[in-house]
Amino acid sequence: MSTTVSQIDEVKTTPWAGGRSPFSVEYGKLMMWFFLLSDAFTFSTLLISYGALRFSSSAWPAPDLVFQSVPGMIEHGAPLVFVGMMTFILIMSSVTMVLAVEAGHRNAKKEVVWWMIGTIIGGLMFLGCQALEWNHLHSEGFWWGSIPDHTELATLYRSGTAAAQATYGHQFANLFFTITGFHGFHVFSGVIINIIITINVLVGTYEKRGSYLMVEKVGLYWHFVDLVWVFVFTFFYLV
Amino acid sequence: MSSEPIHTDMEHAEEHDTMTKKRIWNVFYILLAITTVEFIIALYLVPIGIGGWHMLYSTANPIYIVLTLAKAFFIVGYFMHLKFEKTSLVFAIIVPVLFIIGLILVLTNESHHWIDLRM
Repeated sequence: MSTTVSQIDEVKTTPWAGGRSPFSVEYGKLMMWFFLLSDAFTFSTLLISYGALRFSSSAWPAPDLVFQSVPGMIEHGAPLVFVGMMTFILIMSSVTMVLAVEAGHRNAKKEVVWWMIGTIIGGLMFLGCQALEWNHLHSEGFWWGSIPDHTELATLYRSGTAAAQATYGHQFANLFFTITGFHGFHVFSGVIINIIITINVLVGTYEKRGSYLMVEKVGLYWHFVDLVWVFVFTFFYLV
Repeated sequence: MSSEPIHTDMEHAEEHDTMTKKRIWNVFYILLAITTVEFIIALYLVPIGIGGWHMLYSTANPIYIVLTLAKAFFIVGYFMHLKFEKTSLVFAIIVPVLFIIGLILVLTNESHHWIDLRM
């Protein structure tokens, strides 16, 4: 740096002195981070309420008894296999998303498009699996505010009186459909946004702009959706 | 006065230290490995066990939570690139998240009292 600059100019060079972002990320990307932070709070409140209700219950459906079917293939005795597939699909689509971002850094338009299409397919597969999962639970009698009859319900528990099983079965059903529904809605929005971005890549919007930063921003959203699923998976299916 | 951002050598070093294809797949294998461990615990160690020994739910649950947080670290740090961002941005995102711990503590304590109310 030149030694002839005035004192004022030298002060301006610190990150917090103004004139440039101290975070050195683009405005939209910073706002995406803050949006995701607020979304993290929303999901936390949902999951923590779930935790508090479950923690204070005297009986709770056992995950490996509730989720033990692969829709259309195995009706019983395959605990967590289907949700394992769903988890794998979502992690895989997160990988294709980072690969799209990486291709964007190299301005490789064709590669961005293919990895984005891979991400969209992963998202659609996840949504399809979730639809099957919901359909399966619904066919057993679970829905918002409704539970299977007491003999069938008893097979999903390892302990508890019939009254407790009914009460906490209701709570389980409401929380399950609300939280996975809210997450699924995020996945759905993510797929729509990914499609829009892919179309923009295809028509060359970002090529003209000279940067694929938009791909990075939707990438942040998509990874966040994956991140939420990691928590939903742990607290609904494992614990 | 110049309005151009000033790049120091350190900033350039940070820009180059980013996600390469190799690193992306490494993170994927780590995530896959952690998930596999969770499944081994959930499907074998807890219900079936090894030679008469079963892992207790009270042991398995903290392990799940630690492994989940490890996965969260890899997703946020590498996939979401936060590990390579400026320290100020890292703190701006991570510090507010710590408030969630407060809510967890409050509601865990509260739900402990609900048990008594429900008896």
